Amino acid sequence: MKRWLPLLAFLVLVGFFAKGLFLNPREVPSPLIDRPAPAFKLPLVGNDAASFSPADMRGKVWLLNVWAPWCVSCRQEHPVLMQIAQGGRVPIVGLNWKDRDREAAMLLARAGSPYLAVPEDLDGRVGIDYGVTGTPETYVIDREGIVRMKHIGPISPDVWKEKFEPKLKELGA
Amino acid sequence: MIPELGHFALILGLLLALAQSVLPLVGAQRGDRTLMAVARPAAQGQFVFVALAFGCLAWSFLANDFSVMNVARNSYSRLPEVYRITATWGSHEGSMLLWVLILGFWSTAVAVFSRHLPEDMVARVLGIMGLISVGFLAFLLTTSNPFTRLVPAAPDGSDLNPLLQDWGMIMHPPMLYMGYVGFAVAFAFAIAALLSGKLDAAWARWSRPWTTVAWAFLTLGIVLGSWWAYRELGWGGWWFWDPTENASFMPWIAGTALIHSLAVTEKRGAFKAWTVLLALVAFSLSLLGTFLVRSGVLSSVHAFATDPARGAFILGFLAVVIGGSLVLYAWRAPKMITGGGFSWFSRESLLLANNVILVAALGAVLLGTLYPLFMDAMGLGKISVGPPYFNAVFVPLMAPALFLMGVGPLVRWKEGSLPDAWTRLKWALAVAVVAALLLPFTVDGFKPWASLGFFLAVWITLAVAVAFRDRLGHGAGGVGQRLRSVPRGFWGMQLAHFGVAVGIAGIAVVANFESERDVRMDVGSYAELAGYTFTFRGATERDGPNYRAARGTVEVTRNGAPVATLHPEKRLYNASGMAMTEAALHANLFRDLYVAMGEQLDEQGAWSIRLFHKPFINWLWLGGAFMVVGGLLAASDRRYRIALRRSELPRGLAAQGA
Repeated sequence: MKRWLPLLAFLVLVGFFAKGLFLNPREVPSPLIDRPAPAFKLPLVGNDAASFSPADMRGKVWLLNVWAPWCVSCRQEHPVLMQIAQGGRVPIVGLNWKDRDREAAMLLARAGSPYLAVPEDLDGRVGIDYGVTGTPETYVIDREGIVRMKHIGPISPDVWKEKFEPKLKELGA
Repeated sequence: MIPELGHFALILGLLLALAQSVLPLVGAQRGDRTLMAVARPAAQGQFVFVALAFGCLAWSFLANDFSVMNVARNSYSRLPEVYRITATWGSHEGSMLLWVLILGFWSTAVAVFSRHLPEDMVARVLGIMGLISVGFLAFLLTTSNPFTRLVPAAPDGSDLNPLLQDWGMIMHPPMLYMGYVGFAVAFAFAIAALLSGKLDAAWARWSRPWTTVAWAFLTLGIVLGSWWAYRELGWGGWWFWDPTENASFMPWIAGTALIHSLAVTEKRGAFKAWTVLLALVAFSLSLLGTFLVRSGVLSSVHAFATDPARGAFILGFLAVVIGGSLVLYAWRAPKMITGGGFSWFSRESLLLANNVILVAALGAVLLGTLYPLFMDAMGLGKISVGPPYFNAVFVPLMAPALFLMGVGPLVRWKEGSLPDAWTRLKWALAVAVVAALLLPFTVDGFKPWASLGFFLAVWITLAVAVAFRDRLGHGAGGVGQRLRSVPRGFWGMQLAHFGVAVGIAGIAVVANFESERDVRMDVGSYAELAGYTFTFRGATERDGPNYRAARGTVEVTRNGAPVATLHPEKRLYNASGMAMTEAALHANLFRDLYVAMGEQLDEQGAWSIRLFHKPFINWLWLGGAFMVVGGLLAASDRRYRIALRRSELPRGLAAQGA
């Protein structure tokens, strides 16, 4: 019997691995869910005179997309965001994370901007308040300014359909 | 055209691997010599075609063929040539191809260096290795084809991950894979022995050199990886207990246990079932490491290719190979009788203790690595297990094994004498204790963990010296002649053990007495650390081949005398847009000065700069190098090269050596 122990232990491991394949180890649940989105007031990219604050979005369901021009997967999700923006269902605010505004403005001028506004978080303070672990990350914020969902990683058409659309429907957007 | 040739060669390689596995295994079972004879040429042919495929991929990289997806994603027209070649294995697909290539290399080596082995053994060993090749080639061709075309071709590539543009990273994967895959040979020998039922001392002797060489390469790979992380990641750390590191460390621990247990099986015929199990486990952990890194099951700072489809394939393959081998073990292993008995104090019992401790340490690392996965899979929340766990568990577990390392080689097989060992080692013990108590004061005050490290390092070193004194103290001829008559196995073992001592000394000092500072430095300002004065002379712009860099100048002085001028860099890579910290080091045997640039803080040119003083850090790599050389030396021992039975050797010779 004890000769079978290694096999038994291994089979248990395989079970866990099989389960593990369908989990995302990077996805850490955000403590912000169902809490008010942290307030901030940041200047806009390309226009330091204007500013953006989450309070401006009261009464709307909106997306806060954390991105940066140097981030490769942000470029990957860019066309998807463009489509979402064209659909007009939900406004997207693009928090330009830890980056100088020059490059962000250039990139958006070249590739088109899906964003309603692009506040710049040069020193990453707002990112810390929101618990940003990397770019891109997207928060769904409801009419009362409560964070309802957080998605880590680029938004693909599938992710949009399976994860965002049901949530937006629930929130009435 | 060239990439298609490579693809085609890979398919031919798969077909030859099928021939290499099926025909000889059937032949060995039926006793058909013609079928068995297929093994050698098929293994060599398979290697040739996989090498051809690898060459084609390397050519595509060198020629900047951005119509190949793999090249477009992992190379760049302005990437320096040497990195274009090494980018061949910088991607997931390329590194898996390297895996198969090295497996082909080991298979060919077995085919060439096995003239003295029975035909059915060779057929089975090569057959098993062929099966593994089949699995990996199928994996490459179905889920990770390195030759997939990109239509339309990319105008330029998106560059090799800047972290991989480093000398240490060039050599790390090939060496690591030489180790990982080398355990496939020990695995194949174990399976062959289980299949044939001939699990004897001869089997252990055949496996031993292969296992030792694989272990030496794995050691080298791990040391290179650690050295790379130290210089390239810019944090000054050399071991992070990261899942990817653990993935290579676990087979290493199992391999270390295996080479010791093989010694017992070869010399005394004992521990047979255990040795076989370890051989299976060592390679299983290599496969597991590949799975963990490739599948994205565990997050890691440097898992660079993650994809569930690939993960599912490797998991299936893992289940078949490891599950199959463990079924075979459970079914066949009990039929083998175990070898002769031994007393409670003998080399066998000490090596048994070594194995128990190593396996316990292995279990601790495995548990820590997989614990986040267990918790997550059972819905118990997301956690991560970090260095505090590993250090708290691993260090105390290993300390007794390291102590026994000093005793083991001096104790006789079968029936050792405790009083005799005491007589020979009491002075070593006394000196080690005194050194442990006093040495920390020569550095920076008493610290218990540093003392433990010093004790073990001095203890092992003195035990090595005692072993040499005993060995040279009697016998015929002068010391020179006696020194020459010492077998390489003995040299190798002692050198590797000494390497462990050197490494421990390095770890003890650097972990307990290193210092670091994070400082804001204006141009012309200075900071002091560990008696050195670091003066910042500002940063200038510099254009590299495929990056722009801010290159800082830091002058280091000690008591006014110049020590070095260091140029750390902060690089921004053009194509990928990734920022990289290129630390600057001034190294000598007793310390590294390590300077890394943080961020530019203002328009006047002030930077945040991280300074490290790393005493004895180089002893780590040095110790690793001793272990590698020791392993290779032991594997080249004469008795593995001559096909003599032990009974035919003079009795004295048979009793000697590791």
